[in-house]
Amino acid sequence: MPIYNYIYVALTLFCIGVAGVLTRRNAIIIFMCIELMLNAVNLLLVAFSKMHYATAVANAPGTTVGTDAQLFVFFIMVVAAAEVSVGLAIIVMMYRNTHSIDINFLNRLKH
Amino acid sequence: MSNILSYIWLVPLLPLIGFLINGLGRNFLSKAMVSIVGCGVLLASFVVSVYFFMSVKEGNHDVVKLFDFITAGKLSIPFEFQVDALSSLFLLIITGVGFLIHLYSTAYMHEESNAHYARYFAYLNLFVFSMLLLVLGGNYVIMFIGWEGVGLCSYLLIGYWFKNTDYNNAARKAFIMNRIGDLGFLLAVFWIIQQFGSVSFGEVFANAEGKSTAILTGITLLLFVGATGKSAQIPLYTWLPDAMAGPTPVSALIHAATMVTAGIYMIARSNVMYTLAPVSQTVVAVVGLATAIFAATIAIKQNDIKKVLAYSTVSQLGYMFLGLGVGAYTGAVFHVMTHAFFKALLFLGAGSVIHAMHHEQDIRNMGGLKKKLPITHLTFLLGCIAIAGIPPFSGFFSKDEILAAAYEASPVYWILGVAGAMMTAFYMFRLYATTFLGNFRGTEEQEHHLHESPWAMTVPLIVLAILAVVGGFVGIPKVFAENAHSLENFLSPIFADSEKLIKERTPLSHSTEYGLMGISVGLALFAILYAVNRFSKKPEMEDASGFGKVLANKWYVDEIYDAIIGKPLKAISKFFNNVIEKSGIDGFVNGIGEGVQYASRQLRLLQSGQVGSYILLMVLGMIILMVVQFFIK
Amino acid sequence: MNITEILFWFLSALAIASALMVVLSKNPVHSVLWLIMVFFAISGHYILLNAQFLFIVNLIVYAGAIMVLFLFVIMLMNLNTDTEPQKNKWLKVAGVVAGGCLMLVFVAALKSSGTQQVQMGEGNIGLIENLGKALFNEYVLPFEISSVLFLSAMVGAVVIGKKGD
Repeated sequence: MPIYNYIYVALTLFCIGVAGVLTRRNAIIIFMCIELMLNAVNLLLVAFSKMHYATAVANAPGTTVGTDAQLFVFFIMVVAAAEVSVGLAIIVMMYRNTHSIDINFLNRLKH
Repeated sequence: MSNILSYIWLVPLLPLIGFLINGLGRNFLSKAMVSIVGCGVLLASFVVSVYFFMSVKEGNHDVVKLFDFITAGKLSIPFEFQVDALSSLFLLIITGVGFLIHLYSTAYMHEESNAHYARYFAYLNLFVFSMLLLVLGGNYVIMFIGWEGVGLCSYLLIGYWFKNTDYNNAARKAFIMNRIGDLGFLLAVFWIIQQFGSVSFGEVFANAEGKSTAILTGITLLLFVGATGKSAQIPLYTWLPDAMAGPTPVSALIHAATMVTAGIYMIARSNVMYTLAPVSQTVVAVVGLATAIFAATIAIKQNDIKKVLAYSTVSQLGYMFLGLGVGAYTGAVFHVMTHAFFKALLFLGAGSVIHAMHHEQDIRNMGGLKKKLPITHLTFLLGCIAIAGIPPFSGFFSKDEILAAAYEASPVYWILGVAGAMMTAFYMFRLYATTFLGNFRGTEEQEHHLHESPWAMTVPLIVLAILAVVGGFVGIPKVFAENAHSLENFLSPIFADSEKLIKERTPLSHSTEYGLMGISVGLALFAILYAVNRFSKKPEMEDASGFGKVLANKWYVDEIYDAIIGKPLKAISKFFNNVIEKSGIDGFVNGIGEGVQYASRQLRLLQSGQVGSYILLMVLGMIILMVVQFFIK
Repeated sequence: MNITEILFWFLSALAIASALMVVLSKNPVHSVLWLIMVFFAISGHYILLNAQFLFIVNLIVYAGAIMVLFLFVIMLMNLNTDTEPQKNKWLKVAGVVAGGCLMLVFVAALKSSGTQQVQMGEGNIGLIENLGKALFNEYVLPFEISSVLFLSAMVGAVVIGKKGD
């Protein structure tokens, strides 16, 4: 399977996530789009890891090239989990204060 | 013996010290202390000057280099003093007359408050310092420092009573007029540097003969422009009569005896260059003569005692320039000296009258002061006779020397010169008769308070009167006695180069010279008698009419200057202010400001505060970054 | 076209279609469910790539824990109906255009990225044994630090979520 197939798939997912962030105003859906983008990146990382592994294993059998990328994905998941817990807490608090999770009401930055 | 001259810096240093003490201590020195310091430094300076004068008289002369003042590339301008016959003579005049006037001022100015009294003496000392720098300077740059210094002091002293707007305007007028002349001087100095590579008198004069006449004419004419400013010649003379706004001793010191003769000193110092540039000489002579006559006509109709003397000064300065122009350098310097004596005397006498009359200056309100002010009257009379040129008073000798030289150059000069001399005699005795003879015409209160001035004022008057009477004997012309012109012998080293260059002239025969003297003295005597007769009993009380009105209004020169220079300048300024400044420059500047404000108002809308738009812009920024990164190399 | 390729295209199509549905659904609950669908598709990709550890973690952490958290919050706020009034139409268009532009730029930038092959269905670096060795040898410090991160995130969530300060 050539690498560009994975690149295009991951890019499409990522850009759908970006477009979602830009078009939707519901804070939770924006948050989910961010998760979507993260997953697109994860997929690409794993694909790259297997691409490098494929070239390295031809020269040296038993190599572990490519584990780094998969561990990065692991750490991204860790960070994402932490982010979600804090982010959802913020959204809950925001809802408690404004009774809405529409980000257009969060225009206090102007003042 | 020669090295004693290297202490010449003592002479200007003493007044500088006096200036510093009086200037810095003006708030806590008593008047007595100020007077002692102010006069003391001058007296000390005078004594030292006498010593140097004696040394020079024995044949010493030297250029004393103190330190390097300006060094730039090949040009090196040292701070040097030139001690020779000419500068030592001026030293004596400046410090001697200066001391007498300082002494006089202690009495004249005693009504001022302590601080202002000290300020006055500080200015006077600074003036003397600058003037000494001017005459001692060994090159044109040092001379220029002094030149500017005296201009500054003149400005400060004319505007001494700074609460009076007219006086301030007079001070400004003097300063600006002087600036015009100074520009000429400065350009001349630049030209000299460009041509000679040096500004030291010795080098410049030694190399002057090798330069083309056109260059020398240009330089000398520019120098003369400077001289017309400082020495009040046509067309820059109008500041001097207005300068009478200052205290009378200031008028005597600065605007009669010393500063205004700076131009004559400068030209006498540069005599070699002038002799090599005949066109400039002619210009100097013509301008001098024209000023002499012109100012004399104005003086005839003036009623302010100081204005008469001021125009008389302008006129006498014109004679000096006439002397310089016809090559009678000694005569011009001689006239500077005698003029310093009798004009200082006349001004101080006028000051004494004004003091007695409680600052009344209009001679129509005076009269009959002869009995009340005997010393002033006598000394003033002697001064008048001296300026009128009656032998054997000093004015006769010096003026006659100039007139004789003028006759040698052209009889037309002589005729006009004598006419001017006659007018001089006439207006001086009109002034004398109106002021001192006849009946008193002031208020009773003034009459009651009339008093002779204190000793500090009369002693200088007496000393100056003696000098005005006998001062001429240093320059007895050859017709009376061979080799009796001791001043000429003394100054001969200075003018030796010029004398060599001047074409051999046939000296006037003795009979011609006697004849010329006779005519001028006779005309002067006639004018004196006529003036005394006419004005002692029945002075001119009414305002002048007809041609006299033109004279009384000074030929409307101030008005003409205002019309041809002042008004257009104001119109141009107004145009620039209203059109260029308001719409052009302001429009440009304000336009930028308004443009920025408008742009900010529009750009501000980008900051909507909406998170969505920020994210959108962020994404756009990322896109641009990517495009730049990948596609624009 | 072998089975691997068929599976790849199927999973890709599923992921993209589900992702579009995440963005386009009016109801947030549906969005969440479609997102879980995306995660399943991506997990399938991981299997194809022989990254079994990431497959299982993805399912447990993302599709399990995180998405349940989302659902829980949405249900808590009772947001299961669409509450977005359509106000700013052009902002939506601009968002789509910007996303499209980004896509375009990415594709243009990466179109010459080469034709290297990705190893499918074999290899053992995705096994938990290999990853574990690397994690506890080279990445032990980041691993421990991530535990601190979790702790602080937990504390942060509690502090933020606490009512009334």
